[in-house]
Amino acid sequence: MKKSCNVDIRRLSRVEGHGNIRIKIKNGKLMEARWEVVETPRFFEAILKGKKWDNAPWITGRICGICSIGHTLTSIRAVENAFGIIPDEQTKKLRLILKHMETLQSHTLHLSFLVLPDLMKAGSIFPLIKTHEEVVLRAARIKKLANDICDCVGGRRMHPTRTVVGGFTMLPEKEELRGFGERLKEIVSDLMLVAELVRGFSLPDFVRETEFVSLKGEGDYPFIGGDLVSSDGVRMRELDYKKMTNEYMTEQSTSKWCRLSRESFAVGALARLNNNFEFLHPAAKEVAGSFGLMPPNHNPFMNNIAQLVECVHVVKESTRLIDELLGSELKESRRKVTPRSGIGVAAVEVPRGILYHSYEFDDDGKIVKSDCVIPTGQNHANIQFDLEGIAKEYAARGKTDTELELLAAMLVRAYDPCISCSVH
Amino acid sequence: MDEKETGARTYLGVPLYRPKVAFFEFSSCEGCQLQVLNKEETLLDFLSLVEVVNFREAMTEQSDDYEIAFVEGSITRDDDVKRLKKIRKNAKVLVALGSCACFGGVNQLKNRFKDLNLVKREVYGRHPIDSGPVRTLEEIVKVDLKIYGCPVKKAEVEKIVLHIAIGKSIVFPKYPVCMECKRNENICLFELGEPCLGPVTRAGCDSWCPNNRAGCWGCRGPADDPNLDQMKKIMLEKDFSEETLLDRLECFGGFSALMKKGNANEKVL
Repeated sequence: MKKSCNVDIRRLSRVEGHGNIRIKIKNGKLMEARWEVVETPRFFEAILKGKKWDNAPWITGRICGICSIGHTLTSIRAVENAFGIIPDEQTKKLRLILKHMETLQSHTLHLSFLVLPDLMKAGSIFPLIKTHEEVVLRAARIKKLANDICDCVGGRRMHPTRTVVGGFTMLPEKEELRGFGERLKEIVSDLMLVAELVRGFSLPDFVRETEFVSLKGEGDYPFIGGDLVSSDGVRMRELDYKKMTNEYMTEQSTSKWCRLSRESFAVGALARLNNNFEFLHPAAKEVAGSFGLMPPNHNPFMNNIAQLVECVHVVKESTRLIDELLGSELKESRRKVTPRSGIGVAAVEVPRGILYHSYEFDDDGKIVKSDCVIPTGQNHANIQFDLEGIAKEYAARGKTDTELELLAAMLVRAYDPCISCSVH
Repeated sequence: MDEKETGARTYLGVPLYRPKVAFFEFSSCEGCQLQVLNKEETLLDFLSLVEVVNFREAMTEQSDDYEIAFVEGSITRDDDVKRLKKIRKNAKVLVALGSCACFGGVNQLKNRFKDLNLVKREVYGRHPIDSGPVRTLEEIVKVDLKIYGCPVKKAEVEKIVLHIAIGKSIVFPKYPVCMECKRNENICLFELGEPCLGPVTRAGCDSWCPNNRAGCWGCRGPADDPNLDQMKKIMLEKDFSEETLLDRLECFGGFSALMKKGNANEKVL
């Protein structure tokens, strides 16, 4: 059955930011499939010009409302790398807990609030409050715990206040950490119930061979700093991030696009999992196994599942980190900052993939040049080629407009795009 | 959602008015909208108080039939202006949600450069990009209510919505963050060697940043009759540069009307 199809989604819902999907199929033949980003740019790189170093984490954290902690920590690392500041072990652990909890919060928001309505055939989570109250309450419970820990360690769940270059302005009380440690142990059963629920749905079976880019783990599943790696065999230092991202402009997007060995690559939970599966916590591996998710997996819809697997991993890891912190004295530790000229680069795995900040400073610690490369910016080209691929496959099968519209929306949503972030 | 789904709220047996609300965003991080979903313990309560008919970040259904429009973000393009005017036409009450909507937020920092073409070139090179100076909502349409902050506090949003629902007037504090900070018995940030705009910034955040030993950056804009001269004197006495003061005053745009031209206000790339 050769069909004609026309999909025209303006400002796709249940994603962060503004993007359009256009697909045209004529008599079973794909004429056009486009992922357009129409978000207005905010010019953060220009805004930072001439600003002193201490402005950078405070301002760039505002690039994103969902991953403000990730941006703040990346910015701090870039400044610290430029000034030769090495944070102490306690600071590193607290930052990692904070990052883990942002990951848990963000993945849960995506999976349970934005993706689940598609699987449960609803337009949003709101009607599910009545029909599946426990499902909503469970997701809210997980998200609340993650956000509560972010409040405690980072001072605020969004646009954190306690995280600064050199360390923390204020530390959590041990009693607070102990309480969170307990709640983290209890939340595992909730995550298992989310997994059980999601296993009951089948995700679209679409495979397109993809290059995956992430940090390279060295003994641990990687989150903050280290070498960059691609599944096509490229390996580079953090400092050489530009050669890994190769940003360029395209007329269909106000966000820059990226490429490496092929026409596009992917970053995010699935990329991290594909490149660093061996370092996942055994409990996380088990959840991956229960979905048949083994590396390398080239189905973009499995990014949703990779996020769930990472939720289990970060909960287990945070429990361990809290235990370690409770085993020793918490000391006020904020390194002294002495600005100097030079370039600082940071690569951090934030929920949607690898994020880079780079700043060049003059002698007074003022920013001469800055650059931020956003995970969703790195994914846009891959979304475009996936969209073409999936539209081509389904053109031949004769889907209706509504079916194709949902499928295309679900594909873009699977990447958990943070569009305003990608344009910044 | 209709009332059958969430249950109508009553006060002394009288059904409460449940307004239809819509959320929209322009140039922003969309964080202020997210804050509405971000206080999980009161989310269901909040959703029973209002009927959400438009919230692109969270729901697919859309409707132009709403009474309160919460609008986040600042304005930089002509298509934004058109969309904002349409929202204004549909809404009985238009609420500017967060500092980007109220003052331009961090986005307006680009306005400090004389030549916006250079700003564009800095990021996009020669590639053409459509973007004008950052404008607040109020520069385009009438704004009925402003909710300040970067980010906004969910508790404050809830209080305002509740007041609209029960018809109570909304009063914002006129005093500065400094008062809240003292009431919270914090050590003064200046004693800890940190710069702080608490003495001149509008309260209402319960001294959110100073409670975490982070100095205030003025995201809520000025308190009534802020004494900027005295603020400058304190900063200089405590060995902070004028630049540090200006960095903070200009960060979110709330003080821009009070700041004299010719300061750090206008820069050349």
